[in-house]
Amino acid sequence: MIEIKNLHKSYKMGSNSLHVLKGINFNVEEGELVAIMGSSGSGKSTLLNILGMLDNSDSGEYNLDGVPIKDLNETKAARYRNKFLGFVFQSFNLINYKSAAENVALPLYYQKVGRKERQEKALKYLEQVGLRDWASHLPSELSGGQKQRVAIARALAAEPKVLLADEPTGALDSTTSYEVMDLIQKINDAGNTILVVTHEPDIADMCKRIVHLKDGVIVEDKKIEQVRADQYV
Amino acid sequence: MLDIERWQEIFDTIRKNKLRTFLTGLSVASGIFILVILLGFGQGMQNGIAKEFEADASNRVWVWTRVTTKEHKGLNPGRVIRLRNENHEYVSSRFSEDLQHKSGVYRVRNAVVSYKNESIGYGVQGVTSDYQFIENHFISEGRYLNVSDEKVGAKVTIISNKIKREYFKEDESPLGEYLEISGIQFKVIGVYGDRGGEREENRIFIPITTAQRVFGGSDIVNNVSYTLQPSESFDDAVLASIKFSSNLKKYLQESHTVAPDDQSAINVFNTLEEAKRYYTLTNSIKLFFWFVGICTIIAGVVGVSNIMLIVVKERTREIGIRKALGAKPWSIIGMILHEAIFVTAISGFTGLIFSMGLLELLGPHIEVDYILNPSVNFKVAVTTVFVLIFAGAVAGFFPAWRAANIQTIEALRDE
Repeated sequence: MIEIKNLHKSYKMGSNSLHVLKGINFNVEEGELVAIMGSSGSGKSTLLNILGMLDNSDSGEYNLDGVPIKDLNETKAARYRNKFLGFVFQSFNLINYKSAAENVALPLYYQKVGRKERQEKALKYLEQVGLRDWASHLPSELSGGQKQRVAIARALAAEPKVLLADEPTGALDSTTSYEVMDLIQKINDAGNTILVVTHEPDIADMCKRIVHLKDGVIVEDKKIEQVRADQYV
Repeated sequence: MLDIERWQEIFDTIRKNKLRTFLTGLSVASGIFILVILLGFGQGMQNGIAKEFEADASNRVWVWTRVTTKEHKGLNPGRVIRLRNENHEYVSSRFSEDLQHKSGVYRVRNAVVSYKNESIGYGVQGVTSDYQFIENHFISEGRYLNVSDEKVGAKVTIISNKIKREYFKEDESPLGEYLEISGIQFKVIGVYGDRGGEREENRIFIPITTAQRVFGGSDIVNNVSYTLQPSESFDDAVLASIKFSSNLKKYLQESHTVAPDDQSAINVFNTLEEAKRYYTLTNSIKLFFWFVGICTIIAGVVGVSNIMLIVVKERTREIGIRKALGAKPWSIIGMILHEAIFVTAISGFTGLIFSMGLLELLGPHIEVDYILNPSVNFKVAVTTVFVLIFAGAVAGFFPAWRAANIQTIEALRDE
C-alpha cells in the first residue's frame, strides 16, 4: 500500500539547515495498523505529513497504492488526498461553525457528491462512531473524545485507502483515549490501513506493528501482539 | 457562478458567520451611502444656484441713471441724467442685430391703486410686450401686454398671481375687472407669474406709452432692459454681452455729456458677467464634492480591503482543513471570492438603495437657499458600487491565493 525509499527532509532555520528525515525506508501492507513512535523531534510527525502530502519531501521515492507520488503541486496533492487519504489530528481540526454532520460531509463535497447523499453518508458514519444523536451539534458543544470521533467519522467518510492519525489521543484523557483507540481498532478490523503517530507506549501497544524513529532514522520496526482497547473501556 | 453546491456552501458560511458578514456589509453599505449623499448635495447646490439665475433671462443687460459726480466739458457735477425714448430707439436700431428683446421701463410715481375701493399697495410700471421675455414671466390667465396696446396707449393692465390671490376671491377671475390707478380705470387683461417666486411678483404692469402719456412722463424712461441674441457657447455669450455693455455705456455717456470715468451717472448691469462668476463657483463646488467623493471611495476601498485581509487571515486554518480534506486551491480561492463579491454586492446595493431612497424622499422637500433637489446620477452611483465590489475582490484575492498555495501543514498550524 505504502512504499517509501530513501526519504529525506530538512528544514531551513535561518542560515542553518535542520536535517529531520535522514533516509527512511519503509513499507506498509494493506490492512496494517502501524504505530510510529519516537520522542519529540525524532521526525515522526514530519514523516506522517509527507505521507499525507501535507508537506513535501526533499528526495526519495513514495508510492501510494501503486501510484508514484512526485512533482506535487497543491492541486495535484489535493486530488490525491481526496482520493487516498483520511486525516485525524491531535487538535481535531473540525470547522467550528459547522455542525458535526456538516463536518463529516465536507470531504464528500470535495468529491462532488450530491447534497442529499452527503447528508445520508454523514449520518451513517456518525452512527458508526456512536454520535448519531449529536449530528446537529457544533464542535464547541462536544467533548474532546466526541470531537475526535467526529474527526474520525469525517476521515472515514471519504472512504480513503489509508487513514493517517497524528497523535489522535494526544489531547484526551486515558479513558477517552482508549475509546478512540477501540474505534480505530474496529475500523482496522474492517480492513482499513491505518498509521498512528504517538509517543505513548500503551497506545502503540494497541497497534499491530511499531516503528521507532530516532533522529530521523528508523531504529526499530517490529510486529507485536495487539492489546485490545475494549478491555479498558 | 451557477454551481448550486457552491451557493449552498456560501450561504451556509454566511449564515453561520453573521457578525463577520454584517461588519463587512456595514462598511461597504455606509461607504456607498455617504458617497451618494455627498454627490447628491453637490448636485443640489448646483441646481440651487442654477435656479437663482433662472429667475431672469440670464443674458440680460439693464441700464439705470443717477446724478453725475464729475465735472465734464464745463458742465457741473450733480446734474440729473434722464434716459429718453430717443436713447432707447437709437440703441434698438443701432444694435438691432445683437438684441433679442428690448424694453424701456417707466415707473409711475406715487401711483394710488385700488380695486372696488380697496387700496392695493403695489407699484405700477410701464413696459413693452418684450418685457415678458426679459423677466421670464409666464401667463397664468388672459394675455400679456402686446404691441397694439402700446400703439394706441390702451388703458389695460396685468397683475401677478400674488396680487390676484391677495385682492380677488378664489373662484373669481380678475379678467375684465377694472383697477383704478390714480383715478383712471384700467382693464385687467392678464395674470402673470414669475419663475423667481413671489418676491418677483410685486408689480402691476401697464403699456409704457400709456404710462408716459397719462402719468406725465413725457418721453422719459427710468431704465432700459435688453436681452441679447443667444450665442453658440457660454463664453461667446459673455464676450458679446461685455462688448455690448461697454458700447452701450459709451454711447449713453456721449449723448448725455457724461465723463467716461463717472461711475455714478450711467450704470450698466450685465447679468452674464455675474452669472459667469457663479458658474465658476458651482464648478469649483462640484469639483470639491467629487474630490470628497473620491476620497470617500478610497476610504471605502481601504476599509473593504482591510476586512477582506482579516477575513482571509482568520480563515487560514479553515483553508488548511479544507485542503487536507481534498479541496483544490482554486476551489478555495473561488469560494472566498464568491462570498466576498456576494456580500459586497448585496450590501453595496443596499447602501445605494437607501441613499437614493433618502435623496428621493427628502430631496424635493429641501428648500434652503442655494440647495435645490439634491439628486445623484444613477450611473455614477452604480459605477461606484462596482468599483467597491472590484476592489473588495482584488483585496480578497491575494491573501486567499497565498493561503491556498502555501503548504497545507503551514495553514493548519496557523492559530
